[in-house]
Amino acid sequence: MSESSLATPGTSFDADLTGGRSKARGAKNILAAVLVSACFAIALIPLAWILWTVASKGLHLLLDINWWQQSQRGITSRTDGGGAYHALVGSLITALACAAISVPIGVLGAVYLVEYGRKGRLARAVSFMVDIMTGIPSIVAALFVYALWVTIFGFERVAFAVSLSLVLLMVPAVLRVTEEVLRLVPNELREASYALGVPRWKTILKIVIPTAFSGIVTGVMLGLARIMGETAPLLILGPYTKSINFNPFSGNMAALPTMINQDRTESLQPAVDRTWAAALTLVLLVLLLNIVARAIARFSAVRDR
Amino acid sequence: MAKRIDVSDLDIYYGAFKAVEGVNMTVEPRSVTAFIGPSGCGKSTMLRTLNRMHEVVPGARVEGKVLLDDQDLYGPDVDPVAVRRVVGMVFQRPNPFPTMSIYDNVASGLKLNGVRNKATLDAAVERSLKGANLWKEVQDRLNRPGGSLSGGQQQRLCIARAIAVEPQVLLMDEPCSALDPISTLAIEDLVAQLKEKYTIVIVTHNMQQAARVSDNTAFFNLAGQGKPGKLIEMDSTQRIFSNPSEKATEAYITGRFG
Ligand SMILES: Nc1ncnc2c1ncn2[C@@H]1O[C@H](COP(=O)(O)OP(=O)(O)OP(=O)(O)O)[C@@H](O)[C@H]1O
Ligand SMILES: [Mg+2]
Repeated sequence: MSESSLATPGTSFDADLTGGRSKARGAKNILAAVLVSACFAIALIPLAWILWTVASKGLHLLLDINWWQQSQRGITSRTDGGGAYHALVGSLITALACAAISVPIGVLGAVYLVEYGRKGRLARAVSFMVDIMTGIPSIVAALFVYALWVTIFGFERVAFAVSLSLVLLMVPAVLRVTEEVLRLVPNELREASYALGVPRWKTILKIVIPTAFSGIVTGVMLGLARIMGETAPLLILGPYTKSINFNPFSGNMAALPTMINQDRTESLQPAVDRTWAAALTLVLLVLLLNIVARAIARFSAVRDR
Repeated sequence: MAKRIDVSDLDIYYGAFKAVEGVNMTVEPRSVTAFIGPSGCGKSTMLRTLNRMHEVVPGARVEGKVLLDDQDLYGPDVDPVAVRRVVGMVFQRPNPFPTMSIYDNVASGLKLNGVRNKATLDAAVERSLKGANLWKEVQDRLNRPGGSLSGGQQQRLCIARAIAVEPQVLLMDEPCSALDPISTLAIEDLVAQLKEKYTIVIVTHNMQQAARVSDNTAFFNLAGQGKPGKLIEMDSTQRIFSNPSEKATEAYITGRFG
């Protein structure tokens, strides 16, 4: 790059301030800009396409208030009507149960790695395990929980078992993000707290975690958004039902992915419409989580102005 | 209130590396003691052993004795956390807690140690901010974040935070090195006031500052790279700056080396 002439030692500044911008460089610049923009546009095409398809085919059902208030109970693929309330509730309950287990494990694990374990043997072992867990496909997690829950313990297939298998996916996500934001907390803040005679655990609880809080919340939200769309655990551990079920420990419970999967094979228009509408609902739910994550990150970010 | 510090035969290590060797010194109560010396000679390390902050670094340890009014800080049943409540510290770079307001920053030491009473906290915040010469500037915006202050104000906020827990000794590691001359003067004035109540130890690279604020000066030096730093001499500031007994001290002070 011709700007380098500015930085070269010994070159006087006034010598080469205007002459550097050659025509060739201008052309290269334009070419690069065009290429980069084109790649960006190409990457956007499938995204826009998916959104458009799902919205155009499913949006009309979402505009009906019943979609948000009713289940599919008593509704067949021939009839219009009903809603996704049962699946929405099921997805949320499953995800919340999963988060209730994953967040403490993930956050405390990260606190251990960053604040206590340092580079000890146990910390390295944990870190290695988390790396492996990050790569586990959801169907493997689901089969593992199936083997444990159904084959060994002999329990029913219920939503909670789905949550358990999702825990295996969410813990590494939460742990890694939390670990990263905890490392970003400057050591000076910990020292400032110690120097006030504050014990270590309290420093972590009252200084380190609050400073990293928005980052942790963002990580949790993104982890939730990720597991909301997981389907394999639902297929293996969470049979679909058209009715509403609030109890994750007994009976079948619907979820948005299994609702989509249910109606997917039907060729009749009402079922097809519901498939798209459920897909759109899922997309919106994930989008909402992402927006909430960003909002929290922005508003609870470290206050400096 | 203010306490006397007696250091005897102190060796300070980072793992296997001996950073400071054989320190003997006495810090008088209600006085300002300055640590001076070239970079890397162990001034900060020495300072941090006085409130057991040194051992926060993994592998760091000390050998020898540090007495605070006859109590050995490194005695077997001494709790480092309790030591740090008695011996406060101000760091080189201002480090207010970014999630907290000005008020909460000052109150943090008390709050985190279990003080809940609003009146007590209010009184402590006002007293400490006044003590740190910051009250007038911030009294009408105590709920603004601590990070919204200027660097010099932040440093005075950190001093207020440190004195809010009413320590008996205050350690300051180059408290003015990130500040402009006016803020520096403000802090020097503050140190002069604080010494009426506290024992103060201050590390500085600024000779004039040492000469201005301190009653006693300790000069540290190191023989070479990788060698431990040593206390070369300690005396009244006036003597160190007019007629030091060691050649090295004179050379350092007159700027002929270091
Ligand atoms: N955390 C640490 N781990 C290992 N060695 C350290 C650590 N901190 C300081 N040291 C070493 O200890 C010695 C003394 O360092 P120290 O920071 O006390 O010097 P200083 O006199 O404060 O220097 P400066 O004037 O630059 O602040 C140096 O050799 C330094 O490399
Ligand atoms: Mg230092």
